[in-house]
Amino acid sequence: MDTSETPVPRTDLIVCPQCDAAWTLARPAAGERAICQRCGTVLITPRAKAGKQIIALSIAIAVLILAAAVFPFLTISAGGVTNSVSVLQAALAFSDGPLVVLSLATAALIVFFPLTRVLLSLYVLVPIVRDQPPARYASQAFRVSEALRPWSMAEIFVIGCAVALIKISDLADVSFGPAFWMFSALVLLVIVNETYLCRWSVWNALSKPAAS
Amino acid sequence: MVCMERAEQTGGIINARDMGLVCCRRCAQVWPDTTHRCGRCGHRMSVRDPHSLQRVWAMLLMGLICYIPANLYPMLRTRTLFSVQQDTIVGGAISFIEYGSYFVAAVILIASVVIPLAKFMAIGFLAISVTRPSSVSAHQRQLLFEVVEYIGRWSMIDIFVVAIMSSLVQLNTLVAVQPGIASLFFALSVIFTMLAAQAFDSRLIWDVQAQSEGAQRHE
Ligand SMILES: [Zn+2]
Ligand SMILES: [Zn+2]
Repeated sequence: MDTSETPVPRTDLIVCPQCDAAWTLARPAAGERAICQRCGTVLITPRAKAGKQIIALSIAIAVLILAAAVFPFLTISAGGVTNSVSVLQAALAFSDGPLVVLSLATAALIVFFPLTRVLLSLYVLVPIVRDQPPARYASQAFRVSEALRPWSMAEIFVIGCAVALIKISDLADVSFGPAFWMFSALVLLVIVNETYLCRWSVWNALSKPAAS
Repeated sequence: MVCMERAEQTGGIINARDMGLVCCRRCAQVWPDTTHRCGRCGHRMSVRDPHSLQRVWAMLLMGLICYIPANLYPMLRTRTLFSVQQDTIVGGAISFIEYGSYFVAAVILIASVVIPLAKFMAIGFLAISVTRPSSVSAHQRQLLFEVVEYIGRWSMIDIFVVAIMSSLVQLNTLVAVQPGIASLFFALSVIFTMLAAQAFDSRLIWDVQAQSEGAQRHE
């Protein structure tokens, strides 16, 4: 596939991945944003100390995911009968016949993929923040993390809880367990984390020669 | 905000393709257009994905096919002391109307019927619009694409609601909710629609516009 000579990347240019417009690269200062002037896609958005904040947030997110997955997060009671479930139990609700596939998919979307993304981004970012050369296979790790981004759906699950509560509230009393609040906090952290992360800056840091 | 200079000072905004370059869509590194795999992240690159539209239509068709049984079969099975009730998506909304909960019914109908259908139409429209000069501007189509990509994953909320309800509402003989087979088809429909949106090469939106502008300039 590849030609015999190694191709040289054009580091003086930036191309908008959405619309293919080519621009001369001008690096914005921390807090500023570079936007594609044709389609409006944000190209670079560096922030001061973003790396350390993302690492702190990522550790918090990983802990919250694990805790929220096993502790009960909703409790229902009606006519003297009560039932509590954890996030994992909810994911595994599709248990009969062909629906088992859906159980696995749901568990992946709300627990496994978000957790994988957080761990991968820690693996990629910790050496960068400590001014060390990138970890081995850091580029591949970050690529997987980016590919998983649309499939990591913890925040959608939380909104799903709200909808389910509206539907159930006529039927029975519902109360929140500790994991519900953990999961809600988790969603806020995930959203803040996304806004801190400047993908261009991470990729740029990964361009430096890898550790051997 | 930082304003970047056009890559070539003469003429208008230039596409990387016209400069003999290709941009990695995963990590945004710029390479000569003879490169097929990004040297930084290993992602496959092409100046324009030649199979983009083919994959979009295939995934969209799969999404549509799965959406049909998703509506025909029951999404939830509610067993109470005296009866077993099986609800399809629309059937569930209708029973909320009968109880007088118009708001919940409207939310269900919009989230599970209107938005999925709108997504199918939007992706189909985008795929057709890049094959010919379109009366809808590239900016509006880019916006439409971003909205479809953003909303796509939120449709999984239906599946999560079914999961929460059928795990939570298990009160012995009193009432028990079980997921129906439609939930599997609905999830597949959402996933295929997401894959269809991801397969769409949004750079095609801007190519047709650039071509038609070029044609006007020559006249
Ligand atoms: Zn652009
Ligand atoms: Zn790349």
